[in-house]
Amino acid sequence: MLDNTTRSDRLPAAPGVGYKPQHFAQILEHAHPVAWLEIHAENYMGDGGRPLAQLRHLSEQFPISVHGVGLSIGGEGPLDTDHLARLKHLVGWLNPASFSEHLAWSTHDSHFLNDLLPLPYTDATLSRICDHIDLVQESVGRQMLLENPSSYLAFEESTWSEPDFLREIARRTGCGLLLDVNNVFVSATNLDFSPQGYIDAYPLDKVGEIHLGGHDEDEDDHGHALLIDSHGREVVDPVWALLDYVLERSGPKPVLIEWDTDVPDWPVLRAEAERAQAALDRVPA
Amino acid sequence: MSVSQTTFHTALLDPSAAIPDGLLDSAAQPAGRRFSVYRNNVAVSLTEAMHQAFPVITKLLGQKNMDGLSGIFLRKHPPSSPLMMFYGEKFPDFLGGMEQLSHLGYLADVARLELALRRSYHAADSEAAPADALALPPEDIMQAKLGFAPSMHILRSGWPVFSIWRFNTEEDAAKPQPGPEDTLITRPDYDPVPHLLPVGGADWIAAIQTGQTIGGAFEETAAQFPEFDLGATLALLLQGGAITSVTIERLAT
Repeated sequence: MLDNTTRSDRLPAAPGVGYKPQHFAQILEHAHPVAWLEIHAENYMGDGGRPLAQLRHLSEQFPISVHGVGLSIGGEGPLDTDHLARLKHLVGWLNPASFSEHLAWSTHDSHFLNDLLPLPYTDATLSRICDHIDLVQESVGRQMLLENPSSYLAFEESTWSEPDFLREIARRTGCGLLLDVNNVFVSATNLDFSPQGYIDAYPLDKVGEIHLGGHDEDEDDHGHALLIDSHGREVVDPVWALLDYVLERSGPKPVLIEWDTDVPDWPVLRAEAERAQAALDRVPA
Repeated sequence: MSVSQTTFHTALLDPSAAIPDGLLDSAAQPAGRRFSVYRNNVAVSLTEAMHQAFPVITKLLGQKNMDGLSGIFLRKHPPSSPLMMFYGEKFPDFLGGMEQLSHLGYLADVARLELALRRSYHAADSEAAPADALALPPEDIMQAKLGFAPSMHILRSGWPVFSIWRFNTEEDAAKPQPGPEDTLITRPDYDPVPHLLPVGGADWIAAIQTGQTIGGAFEETAAQFPEFDLGATLALLLQGGAITSVTIERLAT
């Protein structure tokens, strides 16, 4: 395990950003108000080289959140035990402040599809996901956070609402939740529900981390707004307003800015983090 | 109506497949175009991964042709693991098997070089032997065995693959001339660097990797390639930090 015991072992209730290697030098020079970093676990599963060297260095100065994008927790088949072992290895080596994954599937029939795919919310999927999360938490040896998805469509067979489904998963498995506020806004727009209503129903006491990101705008076949979670631009004003709505009810939380495509220069990303800091400053501790 | 992941998966990868029943929009109508968001995400993200993985192939073929080829490739060979850093392992053979590309016979080996560069980038770290590790009496050098860094790779080709790679990545590089080229990849720091190996260099390194001594491997290589330049080959390896250990086995006296 790395010797990074001097820094906090929890994510602070402060802004963080998704780490991009092109920002390495500037983060070391001028991070403020960015107080922690998140990495995509799969990008750090090589045997060595620059990615792991940079991560080692950053972990000496910042709490790190390991965010998996490839475990396919919502998959119909069993979890990929090789991948689980890789996660265990990375988490064991890095001793991160947080570990999270998605309510989604991405692997089927040994094909990894490199996208977070949706699943119906039924008693059967609930029990399968809980089994998978039990196995993950047992294997990795710590609590994980589960993130709500962006939805573009609904399943006819679903019998649970998403907040209730997540609440029940957290209750059964003891996992925490990662609340992606942009995803709530995207899904609410696409599927015509109230984002505030979703937040009111959501178990905010389980939230260990909040995500914010930019989305693209499109339309479906009937001219209905169709927002796409692209992580390729600034967070829009209504999502910032929804963050305020969340923080008023949850109190201060670690807030992450995700920007994964068309990655901007560091000052632009840092400005988003400043906006998150301002939102946190408005919340009584 | 329940939608299995098998059905979802099939429809994702086949744009001509019907959109599965049981997927709805906000008015409980069939999802239609909304399903295409997932189709598009999968195709675009994997195509983008191919561009990043094979920049020289992309340059040689042009962006549009690479998009088209990636579209065929990703449906035939979707990633088999979430480690996207290694995606495209089957791309060289795929390129080599494309009849329409048979006039560009070198493409497969250029793709192999790009794959090897990525593997080198992510290979385990190792400590290079000191620069004077081979400052030894000649008879000792000939008795020495070498260990190589995990980041070292060799690519042998009947095509001028090193020159093609350089011509497409460096300004003012010489135009490739026909003929075979063997490429050595070393990673002195964190960035892999390809080098053109002298004639016989790849054979000599292969002999060392089977556990032969420098001298034994040299005799074998020089018998086949009298012009083999051992000094130049060793210099490339040493300067690239590719030699991690020098062990001298002396006969018991």
